[in-house]
Amino acid sequence: MPSAKSSNRRNIVGVNAETVTNVTSNDFPGHWPGEDHSWNVSKFRETLRIQFFRNDRFHAEFDIVHVDASIANAFRRIMMAEVHSFAIEQCYFLNNTSVIQDEVLAHRLGLVPIVGNHRTMRNMKWHRRGNDPKTGQPYQPTVYDTLILHLQATCERIPNAPKGETDPDKLYRNHTVYARDLEWRPANEAQKEMFGSEPVRAGNPDIVIAKLRPGQELIVTSHAVKGLGKDHAKFSPVATAMYRLLPQITIKETITGKAAERLQKCFSKGVIEIVDGEAKVVNPRNDMVSREVLRHEEFKGKVELGRVRDHFIFSVESAGQWDSDEIFLEAVGILQAKCERLKRHTQRMLQLEAEKADRETKPEAMEED
Amino acid sequence: MSSEYTNAGTVGDRSYGQPQQQSATMHYLCAECGVKVGINKGEPIRCKECGHRILYKQRTRRMVQFEAR
Repeated sequence: MPSAKSSNRRNIVGVNAETVTNVTSNDFPGHWPGEDHSWNVSKFRETLRIQFFRNDRFHAEFDIVHVDASIANAFRRIMMAEVHSFAIEQCYFLNNTSVIQDEVLAHRLGLVPIVGNHRTMRNMKWHRRGNDPKTGQPYQPTVYDTLILHLQATCERIPNAPKGETDPDKLYRNHTVYARDLEWRPANEAQKEMFGSEPVRAGNPDIVIAKLRPGQELIVTSHAVKGLGKDHAKFSPVATAMYRLLPQITIKETITGKAAERLQKCFSKGVIEIVDGEAKVVNPRNDMVSREVLRHEEFKGKVELGRVRDHFIFSVESAGQWDSDEIFLEAVGILQAKCERLKRHTQRMLQLEAEKADRETKPEAMEED
Repeated sequence: MSSEYTNAGTVGDRSYGQPQQQSATMHYLCAECGVKVGINKGEPIRCKECGHRILYKQRTRRMVQFEAR
């Protein structure tokens, strides 16, 4: 991490009161005269740094330092759109007398994250869309690509509720349908065994699906399948996947006493500490770069804000199917696979071109003879 | 849609699509009191309990399929 005193201002994005300067990266060949910025694996290996600051099951925070914004952004986009997860895709309504319409309820059910034995779910197949060319019929769901979830709820009055009571908890039974009411119905014993001690269920049991009143009933069977976030956001395995650049705060003149306290208040908690009456920047990571300091006349020219252009602070929140760090690792694997595919295709293209050129030059050579 | 796979029609303890009376009696729901009203051809559209003249058609007993999108 470049220190505040670092004279290398090249990779700092300037954050001013109303403008942002020095935004684009410039570490490419030919930009700085006399310097070699050509990309090189050993140099990249030396400089790249990935450090985890928080690695909870459903929330990971880590830094990726010394990569280009395009790479960091590729990881973010792959995490959101190209890491698979399960979600309800088809809903079969047998009854729905609640106020919420069938199609709206189907959409709501689709958004519920479906979790279970992670290994098994990873190994499950992709369901096939469209028609089978052999029979002309749509592909049938199989035990290996579809999970059946059943939702059934009927609301009833609780007998002898006191008159004038308005609390639905005391008046009605089953007045709210939650995601925990989704009941997995294994298609056969084999499927049940595949999941073992971790049955299929909703990622968060407390998601409200619908509200009912006495006499209303809901019976829905639904099919959950594997999908990608680029197809529909319900398949995205992350709640949020974002990055921000490391903030840099430079105090150019010593600020002491009451002014130091006022300065401290301009930043997020824990960013500025007062050491021996003097304001010191301790943890710029925590700052949200509100630019509050730049509004005050007394700090004019004394404090400079910036962001480190190649220091990405990622925050990944899992929706439940994956461990949050695993989503990132999977995204790395996917990017790698994409690169390998591109390489293979490029090599094939070059080979074909070389063969074509070969064919074209040969007749000429014969003519010369 | 494979009906064998979803067990459509026998899901739950209730049976749907039970044989309705073959007579021309149609059942509607009263908008006022919510009671089920059977009405034959030519009868006035009126609730037999409260006399309300607005009746609702009942929801289909068939299974309805939706894409969760």
